[in-house]
Amino acid sequence: MDVVMLSRLQFTATTIFHFIFVPISIGLALMIAIMETMYVVKGQEEYKRMAKFWGKLFLINFAVGVVTGILQEFQFGMNWSNYSRFVGDVFGAPLAIEALLAFFMESTFIGLWIFGWERLSKKVHLACIWLVSIGTTLSAFWILAANSFMQRPVGFAVNNGRAEMNDFLALITNGQLWWEFPHTVFGAFLTGSFLVAGISAWKLLKRQDVSFFKKSFQLAIVIALISSVAVALFGHQQAQYLVGTQPMKMAASEGLWETSSDPAPWTVTAFIDPVKQQNTMEIKVPYLLSYLSYSKFSGSVPGMKNLQAEYEQKYGPGNYIPPVRTTFWSFRIMVAAGSIMILLGLYGCHLAARNKLEQAGKWFLHAMVWGISMPFIANTSGWIMTEIGRQPWAVFGLMRTEDGVSPSVSAGQVLFSLISFTAAYTVLAIVMAYLFIRVIKKGPNAIDHAEIAHADDPFDREGQHAFSK
Amino acid sequence: MLSLNELWFILVAVLFVGFFFLEGFDFGVGMSASLLGKTDGQRRVLINSIGPFWDANEVWLLTAGGAMFAAFPNWYATLFSGFNTPLVVLLLALIGRGVAFEFRGKVDSRRWKKTWDGVIFMGSLLPPFLLGVVFACLLKGLPIDGQMEMRAGLFDIVNVYSVIGGVTVTVLCLVHGLMFTTLRTTGDLQDRARALGGRLLIPLAGLLAVFGAMTYAMTDVFQVRGAILTVMAVAGVAAFILAGAFNAKKKDGWAFGMTGAVTALAIVSVFTGLFPRVMISSIDSAFNLTIHNAASGSYSLTVMTYVALGLLPFVLGYQIWSYFVFHKRVHEKQHLEY
Ligand code: HDD
Ligand code: HEM
Ligand code: HEM
Repeated sequence: MDVVMLSRLQFTATTIFHFIFVPISIGLALMIAIMETMYVVKGQEEYKRMAKFWGKLFLINFAVGVVTGILQEFQFGMNWSNYSRFVGDVFGAPLAIEALLAFFMESTFIGLWIFGWERLSKKVHLACIWLVSIGTTLSAFWILAANSFMQRPVGFAVNNGRAEMNDFLALITNGQLWWEFPHTVFGAFLTGSFLVAGISAWKLLKRQDVSFFKKSFQLAIVIALISSVAVALFGHQQAQYLVGTQPMKMAASEGLWETSSDPAPWTVTAFIDPVKQQNTMEIKVPYLLSYLSYSKFSGSVPGMKNLQAEYEQKYGPGNYIPPVRTTFWSFRIMVAAGSIMILLGLYGCHLAARNKLEQAGKWFLHAMVWGISMPFIANTSGWIMTEIGRQPWAVFGLMRTEDGVSPSVSAGQVLFSLISFTAAYTVLAIVMAYLFIRVIKKGPNAIDHAEIAHADDPFDREGQHAFSK
Repeated sequence: MLSLNELWFILVAVLFVGFFFLEGFDFGVGMSASLLGKTDGQRRVLINSIGPFWDANEVWLLTAGGAMFAAFPNWYATLFSGFNTPLVVLLLALIGRGVAFEFRGKVDSRRWKKTWDGVIFMGSLLPPFLLGVVFACLLKGLPIDGQMEMRAGLFDIVNVYSVIGGVTVTVLCLVHGLMFTTLRTTGDLQDRARALGGRLLIPLAGLLAVFGAMTYAMTDVFQVRGAILTVMAVAGVAAFILAGAFNAKKKDGWAFGMTGAVTALAIVSVFTGLFPRVMISSIDSAFNLTIHNAASGSYSLTVMTYVALGLLPFVLGYQIWSYFVFHKRVHEKQHLEY
């Protein structure tokens, strides 16, 4: 394999891995902040136990999120140096701001939160976890600002063969960003809440710590329902936006070779033949694609062949059609997973509202346990659709992926890094899964024993408590 | 007046100084956890003494990288792609170390803890070594061609000069970390940290002297900035001697301050020697990367200047506050989080 393929493989593997942990961090930070708020407002110890128990999982996960992120930031320079040279003027800014604004905030306040239970007053300690939560969300905003520039480049001019920023405001008011950011962040809240709900369902099945996990489940399922609906709504808006800005991605995600009829039907499933450029079998729902694209029941959507001809005129000869099958199926998988989560969320909220959780059918609790996988599947396929659907471009209309690689890095070097990172990540994933299961099996009471056995304050047992009341 | 390009060069330098000052001691503590910690309890104390800080300290490196990317994209691109393989090793070390802090206390088994202690040791030793190698190479110059591509062979990166640079930085971090330990612990650990720190000052002096002499002979930085570098070297020697004196008198805070000063002066000297270049080409000085040909446009630099100057006071404020919150020493009898 050549440098381009290997670098792409490495980038794909490492970003997908990073994005397994990212949504957990964003989602759990919010949930723990809510739990601790309940503790501070209502004064019930149960909520503190909740914050501490879920906090354990959060911290294990956060550590992996952090270390896999460092690699992401270096990778642009290491493997995509031509890309970095070309867009650094624009693209570097959000990355630098992310570090300065978000990463410092997250990392400092998480340290204060972990070690500060007894050192800080209740309210200051609560503020720390909220700042962590805000930090993770800010970090999402800035990195997605960078990513949105790749989807829809704005606020720049090309001078001397490089993109130079000339409008910072345009960069952060990019329409792409304002759909992508809420869609991704609600997806993250959905991930955190499904994780909590699924683990709670597992414990409820085993009848362990029932009241504790019932409470956790109730909180989680409400957030899950809200987020799942929000994700779908924002996703719908994003699809409409896509028709205007990246019609080729839209056409590929619909397997639409020829420009559609008006009104356009939505293809549920199809056998796609990218060589002959046609579909051999299709199941369609009339009007739906028009609705998805324009929120009305009329309007046709341009097809890939027409767009290909148009792009050849505009950008010169070349193949501008992304891997159609991947784009088509990843979109469908995301939407299917999202729909399942909405249904689970609805039923779960219904049970929780009527306080019938104990009587819930075993099938439902089992479904919630399996449901933990749903947000991860949706997140991953969503990114695959977004990024693969943009190919052959790295920056849409400006730079092709293959032109972005580092000329000074050899295939052997990338092979070495690809293998070592994959190996390291495999070990990480195994250890992390092991620790997660251990913490969950032990349950919230394990922590309480430890607390009684030891003094509370890690930093100051004898000294006066300068900050606590 | 400073031009924006100069300002950003200084900011990148400041970020690296902050990184080496702060993460420098936690690299040192990470190494000394295995060197000083005789029992599991002692190792826990050592690791806990940096528990709340190490992640924020590492963000200084990320921010330095981010600032380079935004302000000097060509520098970022040439440096990171040119040093691809050493950086892979650096990342593996940072990955291992970061998760080891979190994982080690989660299972009560000797083998488990021993494994992660080993990871922490290597993960704290390799990064300062590799960064030392990279910085030495930056001073010496690298085969950078007219397309700004650095095509370095193994011996362009690994040679006597760069390896001595790497070892020097590593030992400097270790000593700095030991001084930090004397501030954060009590009793036996504190005494042994102080003693080991004092003893290591002698080989460190030798390393710094050799590295300084080689820099004088093998690089052009003294020709370019002789006067100011000499002043810094003298200041460095003074800080070093004071560090030894304070250490002997058990004035731990002052000794820590002085090893910090040595670290800061060393990094500042590197950047001063480079200025206004950011990477020196050993092929032709016309191919040097400078603060001008590597930089972003003035619009981008202006925006980033407002952002950085607006945010930095807050960042510094809450970081200082977090050190203040945890200013008490760590004892073994306490409930230790990790
Ligand atoms: C939508 C959110 C999102 C996305 C798309 C990405 N990240 Fe990320 N990243 C986060 C959200 C996040 C986070 C929630 O802020 C993390 C995850 C867990 C954590 O500790 O912080 C994080 C951690 C994290 C760190 C470590 C921060 C620290 O030390 O505290 C770095 C350097 C990056 N990321 C960089 C990147 C880069 C260069 C990406 C693009 C390829 C990227 N992330 C994608
Ligand atoms: C974290 C979620 C993300 C995932 C899972 C993801 C995944 C992917 C995938 C699957 C590709 C296509 C690989 C290929 O076919 O070559 C890709 C390409 C790319 N993405 Fe993302 N991406 C994510 C976020 C981002 C963000 C936030 C940025 C920018 C800040 C970004 C920058 C890039 C670049 C530069 C490429 C082109 C290089 C390449 O093709 O490998 N990605 N990404
Ligand atoms: C249920 C209906 C959904 C619709 C209609 C929808 C729509 C979309 C569209 C059109 C994109 C591509 C945007 C682009 O390339 O610019 C996208 C991307 C994405 N989706 Fe969805 N989505 C849905 C559900 C979900 C769910 C449930 C999740 C996760 C829990 C999710 C996570 C993502 C992610 C992470 C991306 C990539 C980032 C982005 O471009 O926003 N989606 N979605």
